[in-house]
Amino acid sequence: MFNLEYWIAGVMLISLIVYMLTGGADFGGGIWDLFATGRRAKDQREIITHALAPIWEANHVWLIVIVVLLFVAFPVAFATIGTALHIPLTLMLFGIVLRGTAFVFRTYDDQSETTHLRWSRLFAIASIITPIMLGVTLGAVASGTIHANVETGIVETDFISSWFALFPFAIGVFTLTLCALLAAVYLTLETDNPELQEDFRLRALITAICVGIMAGVSFLLSAEGAPSIRKGLGNSIWSMPFHLLTGAVAIWAIWAIWKRHYPLARVLVPIQVTLIIFGWGFAQFPYIVTPNLTFSNTAVSNSVLRPVLIIVVIGAVIVVPAFWYLYAVFKGRDDRDSDTTG
Amino acid sequence: MENLLAARAQMAMSLAFHIIFASIGIAMPLLMVIAEGLWLKTKDETYLTLAKRWSKGTAIMFAVGAVSGTVLSFELGLLWPTFMAYAGPIIGMPFSLEGLAFFIEAIFLGIYLYGWNRVPKTVHWFAGMMVLLGGMLSGIFVVTANAWMNTPTGFQIEAGKAINIDPVAAMLNPSSFSQALHMTIAAFLAVGFAVAGIHAYFLRRDPHNAFHRKAFAIALSVGGFFAILQPISGDISAKRLAKHQPVKLAAMEAQWETERGAPIRIGGIPDEDNEVTRYAIEIPKALSFLTHFDINAEIKGLKEFPPEDRPPVAIVHYAFQIMVGCGFVMIIAGIIGGWLTWRRKGLPINSWYLRFITFCTPLGFIAIEAGWTVTEVGRQPWVIYNIMRTADAVTPMPHLIVPFIGFTVLYIFLSIIVVILLRRQIFIYE
Ligand code: HDD
Ligand code: HEM
Ligand code: HEM
Repeated sequence: MFNLEYWIAGVMLISLIVYMLTGGADFGGGIWDLFATGRRAKDQREIITHALAPIWEANHVWLIVIVVLLFVAFPVAFATIGTALHIPLTLMLFGIVLRGTAFVFRTYDDQSETTHLRWSRLFAIASIITPIMLGVTLGAVASGTIHANVETGIVETDFISSWFALFPFAIGVFTLTLCALLAAVYLTLETDNPELQEDFRLRALITAICVGIMAGVSFLLSAEGAPSIRKGLGNSIWSMPFHLLTGAVAIWAIWAIWKRHYPLARVLVPIQVTLIIFGWGFAQFPYIVTPNLTFSNTAVSNSVLRPVLIIVVIGAVIVVPAFWYLYAVFKGRDDRDSDTTG
Repeated sequence: MENLLAARAQMAMSLAFHIIFASIGIAMPLLMVIAEGLWLKTKDETYLTLAKRWSKGTAIMFAVGAVSGTVLSFELGLLWPTFMAYAGPIIGMPFSLEGLAFFIEAIFLGIYLYGWNRVPKTVHWFAGMMVLLGGMLSGIFVVTANAWMNTPTGFQIEAGKAINIDPVAAMLNPSSFSQALHMTIAAFLAVGFAVAGIHAYFLRRDPHNAFHRKAFAIALSVGGFFAILQPISGDISAKRLAKHQPVKLAAMEAQWETERGAPIRIGGIPDEDNEVTRYAIEIPKALSFLTHFDINAEIKGLKEFPPEDRPPVAIVHYAFQIMVGCGFVMIIAGIIGGWLTWRRKGLPINSWYLRFITFCTPLGFIAIEAGWTVTEVGRQPWVIYNIMRTADAVTPMPHLIVPFIGFTVLYIFLSIIVVILLRRQIFIYE
């Protein structure tokens, strides 16, 4: 367990969790922008914009950390994934580019109703494509259909069948619902207006149920779609208590939303998401790309891993307080009236 | 289109696009912290207005820079999996450090752009400094990765695999210092002139506008200062090429024969079939002198190398001419600017000079694109110089023309929007 590559794998898993909890919620903001409805649609959009603007670029860097660690520490796996999943990754990149740019363009383009709405649509649609494709990629990696040569990373593939299947898309939709849930719960605390809070409460309740459904669907599909993960999820000793814990937190979170204990919900929902990703991570361990590539057989030598870990530690010392300050400045206070763009 | 060609085209297009926004991400923070620092010092509100308006344009550029950079980090695996399986761990060190620099940059950028009314003034200015630091470090780290492709060090090869990897030695390869220096200066220089050019345009209409005068003074000082430094760092690069990549240097100068006392060629038409360069203006012995400080030093010609190891000569030669040409125009602009300032004891706003600076607006960026073409095309046919050929690095994925066209259309669309939005930012107040 003390092999350096497992530490790196752990850092990648944590980065993925943080990315989901922060960047994932930003995508969720885009989803709720699309489904902004009723008399308060405009206000809903405004809160979303206001919540995202200062932080989305920083949140987005977690994804880059994951990619970089993957190609530094497990280059063969990076080559394999880049080859076999070229198409969903390219679609995800389109989503990333359009999401980020549409969001900024909307702020700086002319403020007429039609222009604003056009950018909003693009922002929202890209916010939906991106997490689905991220989930599809993770689902395909777990599915056991990517047979790579351990030495070279060369993979026999038709570039389509390993991801264009039921299970990866179920994971894609699952990811989408998690993003939507996180965003809805966070947004209840971004406003003091009780009516708007009710809007997001309702959205949170609906998505919490969708998350439950998609969790079940993914589990059922994994029997066919990702047999080795299913084994990890279903059979080992820790799996039953772990599922119970995740389920309990999920129900507690729904209760908190129902009872309008928003600060509590804001803690519980991220815990729920964290547990889900942890569960998946442990079920897939020690495989990085099932069924051939493991963390050990694709890891590079310690002479490379050691300095990377040192950089990670130094980075954490610098980045964590900086993030803390960023959130303290923009999320800690109530004076939301001040000028947003300077 | 052949698959390899499509992959190269997509990589080149993505990088050519990203580098513009990346350079702005490196250099605009400098202009902003200067303006804001002057505001803190003089309490002149014009400087504050300036910093705020610059920061709005920068917000747009940063977003495009961040997303296009993300595309690049994936494209390394999407287009060049074999290259990355081999090189990923060796050049991983700068990329990991770069990730850290991105965090610093993006976090403090959020505070800088949206925190005008939320954090104390000095903290705000400090955030600007951190954005500047993060941007410069991002650029430096990624360029050392590229430098490694030119002069790969820090590992040994056994049975086609890299062993005994020393990531620090790889990062500090012989090209790192000169390339990182040259690139960082290029970013300040290009952005300085571009911004000065825009404000010069308005000063011609309204020479007494305090806002544009201050903006022009800051931007031109930055641009002019770095313009004068740039040929020195370019010369360091050329000396390093003479030592480590003679075939690239020969292509840049369209030098076919190995020769003592080689000239510098201006213009000319390299004829790759007959292996001669015609109609060039030659400055005798200058190349030997500049690369070795010895007018009779030997320069290797292209004929020393087998044809399959030579880069496309004409592209490299012309690109080099364009870069140096743009550089010289800007040096002249910088020197005249300094001289006029000294003569007038004030801002050089003679109308012909303002017109000249307006003309210089795009030159720095043209030079950056040309310079990268020299570096990258000049390294061909290798992706890792003398170790791995580009043709062996490409993905087996078929129909790469499709993502190439897709990204091209996407980036053209983004470019158009960025231009429209910047025009609006610039003209809205006029
Ligand atoms: C504003 C931009 C700019 C300007 C005015 C110049 N350059 Fe440059 N040059 C670059 C921007 C650039 C660049 C885009 O930044 C490159 C590409 C790779 C690099 O490190 O810098 C580059 C590369 C580059 C190389 C190739 C390095 C390699 O292949 O590794 C050489 C030899 C020079 N330059 C030399 C010069 C000289 C002698 C100049 C004289 C004025 C000059 N450059 C002006
Ligand atoms: C760390 C930095 C960089 C890396 C790792 C990198 C990597 C690559 C790779 C793998 C290729 C494909 C192989 C080839 O055709 O040479 C390539 C091509 C190319 N890159 Fe770079 N590159 C970097 C920086 C840049 C930058 C900043 C630019 C300029 C904007 C640039 C311009 C190009 C061009 C023009 C080509 C195409 C060359 C050709 O078609 O002959 N590169 N680069
Ligand atoms: C293969 C080559 C490259 C890769 C993979 C790459 C990757 C990236 C990524 C992922 C980002 C986004 C960071 C964020 O989210 O904030 C970025 C931004 C940036 N890159 Fe690149 N990059 C490459 C080439 C270059 C080059 C050659 C330079 C040199 C000037 C450069 C300088 C920067 C800077 C200064 C930024 C931050 C500015 C901004 O966000 O607009 N990059 N790059």
